Amino acid sequence: MRLTRRDALTVLAGLGIGGGGAVAVDRFDPPTAERQPTGVGDDGDFSTDVLPTMVAAAAVVYPSEATGVSEFVETYVLGRTTEEDRTEAMRAAVTELDSVARDWYDVPFSDLSTEERDSLLRELGVDTADPVPDGTISERIRFHVVNELLYAFYASPTGGRLVGIENPIGHPGGVESYQRETMETPATEEGREDE
Amino acid sequence: MSDAAETDRTPVEDADLCIVGAGPAGGIVAHRLAATGARVVVLEAGPRFDGDRRDQLDRHVRPGLGDPWEMGGPRDEFTSSGGSFYPLNASRVKGVGGSTLHWQGMVMRLHERDFELASRHGVGVDWPISYDDLKPHYAAAERELGVAGAVDNPYAPPRDEPYPLPAFPPSHSDSIFAEACERLGIDMHSVPNARNSEPYDGRSSCVGYGTCKPVCPSGAKYTAESHVEKAESAGAHVIDHARVRRLEHDESGERVVAARYTTPDGETHRQEADQFVLACGGVENVRLLLLSASAAYPDGLANSSGVVGRYFMDHLFAGMGGRLDRPTRQNHVGFNTSETHQFYDDTDPVNGLKLEFLNYAGPSPVVDALHADTWGDELRTQLADAYGTHIAMGALVEQLPREDNYVTLDSETTDDLGDPVPEVHWAVDDETKAALTRANEIQASVLDELGVDIDWTVGPENTGPAFHHMGTTRMGDDPDSSVVDAECRTHDLQNLWIAGSSVFPTGGAMNPTLTIAALSVRIAESLQQRIE
Repeated sequence: MRLTRRDALTVLAGLGIGGGGAVAVDRFDPPTAERQPTGVGDDGDFSTDVLPTMVAAAAVVYPSEATGVSEFVETYVLGRTTEEDRTEAMRAAVTELDSVARDWYDVPFSDLSTEERDSLLRELGVDTADPVPDGTISERIRFHVVNELLYAFYASPTGGRLVGIENPIGHPGGVESYQRETMETPATEEGREDE
Repeated sequence: MSDAAETDRTPVEDADLCIVGAGPAGGIVAHRLAATGARVVVLEAGPRFDGDRRDQLDRHVRPGLGDPWEMGGPRDEFTSSGGSFYPLNASRVKGVGGSTLHWQGMVMRLHERDFELASRHGVGVDWPISYDDLKPHYAAAERELGVAGAVDNPYAPPRDEPYPLPAFPPSHSDSIFAEACERLGIDMHSVPNARNSEPYDGRSSCVGYGTCKPVCPSGAKYTAESHVEKAESAGAHVIDHARVRRLEHDESGERVVAARYTTPDGETHRQEADQFVLACGGVENVRLLLLSASAAYPDGLANSSGVVGRYFMDHLFAGMGGRLDRPTRQNHVGFNTSETHQFYDDTDPVNGLKLEFLNYAGPSPVVDALHADTWGDELRTQLADAYGTHIAMGALVEQLPREDNYVTLDSETTDDLGDPVPEVHWAVDDETKAALTRANEIQASVLDELGVDIDWTVGPENTGPAFHHMGTTRMGDDPDSSVVDAECRTHDLQNLWIAGSSVFPTGGAMNPTLTIAALSVRIAESLQQRIE
């Protein structure tokens, strides 16, 4: 299954960030072209320092059949930067994760093999850590890296479909899906691998 | 959220009406009176949760961020005593909108029998008003809240008009239940929801976030914020972060003259008004009356009867669920679309009960993922295995009023302002447990008929409250045994009114907010006559 930029924008729209979702929602600001998430202003470090590590982590925490991960993660993470405090906390957690990789393996986290990244995260105890935004290093990585990525994936209709639900909690997918007997596969789904 | 420190929170001069609490009861009264030109001020202990609902959605779905509505902490200290723990802060919200901020939004009328339990069945107590007295106010309340429903419930009390909005269609899992219920002779019908099935009152229709309880990001679910907003548009003054700590009465003890409240800057103010309405819930209403004890009212304001705080009731939950051998399509939405009230008026046991066919049985994959201790393919397999075939029923069961279930002050424990905290002394009695057992029996019959592999049951031994605080300032004709009269005005003080479920003499088994709203409409009519 292929993740797309549109999938990421759909998750962001569900969070009231930017546009691109299929559903307009009154309480959240309506999607407009001006409010598309476009990045973090002039801070180029975020793109070079944070995004590669987040994409590398996604390759571990996402199922192996997921493709299009880079574009999906980059779009989602950049969209998330509308919240300054959250962005800085994510940057700090990612920086620490990368520092651990450099300490233990002498290379950036993103240069490790998928198996090495998985092992590093588990050795840090991130798999069993409580997600705490200002907790220990393991707790912060769990919150700002692993859970951020898992939320983006499984709150998206595409990620949800992989486990049986096209309208997951947090996604404003309308009031038709709960009435259906079977999971709807969008017309565009067929041939997605070829997009 | 509003800036707690810089907002002007000084009293309003020449107020006709002071309302304590900005939930549905306070909001409806405030709007109706402000619309007539009355000078209205609302004092709300909690904040305004301004802006969108991104933060609350995040807090709800993402573990590690705390309570979406910021309940808990020194402001909200409480004591639970009696035979059953009462999780008070999980059951309420302080803020503009009150507990409708986190409610699910089920809105049924009480049945006729609920107003006449003592006369009909020799238990509980009669209300001083009948269903017919409240019927027009129920209709008004349904319009106020924007109720989506269908007139398809053969067990509902009589009504004279359709619902304001069409009902939400049944779910796929409702159709699964329908097979079994038809064979068992159980009638299913729609659920009245305070949730827009189409745009209404300036709010969006439901877009299926699936997070109704505790937050509706689209605004489709009614919250009392809409009435507070209308009240302010009509000229009402709403002061948030205004913690009312005492009510003061005149020398004669016949009228309340002021509400004393403390604001975040530490200042204590004194709001005067001609009329006062308490609308801060079945626990804080009691607390404020007891904190306001005086020489004239040594046992608490408006408590000549001695029953302020007594007869605390809640609805009890019964549930059962398991898995089927086919998809059940759960957790797409966070509300229910079918129930049965067929057993509500039964007399053995006499406690009312209603049964719910859940649309949110079993796990949500995204929520499970965020709590999992693995990731990658292993997590994907776990989630796919866990989701998809769960099915479950719920029920609410009536608890009859008992003097030994009560709310009082815990004089040994104080909040951050130094005031004694509320103590909820509560237990589940044997009669209620018998009704829970009956609910479980019906649930088991339906699930067995479907061939469900039942893997969980909530019944008499592990039940919990539905978070409906009722009965603590009961309504009645006799000043020796009740706190407010049939108009919801206190027997003791001629300008003090109480709005909310604390005035319910009995609670039935229906979610209380529609009745709260209906009584609030009625109170507003009475107040209008006095303020004109």
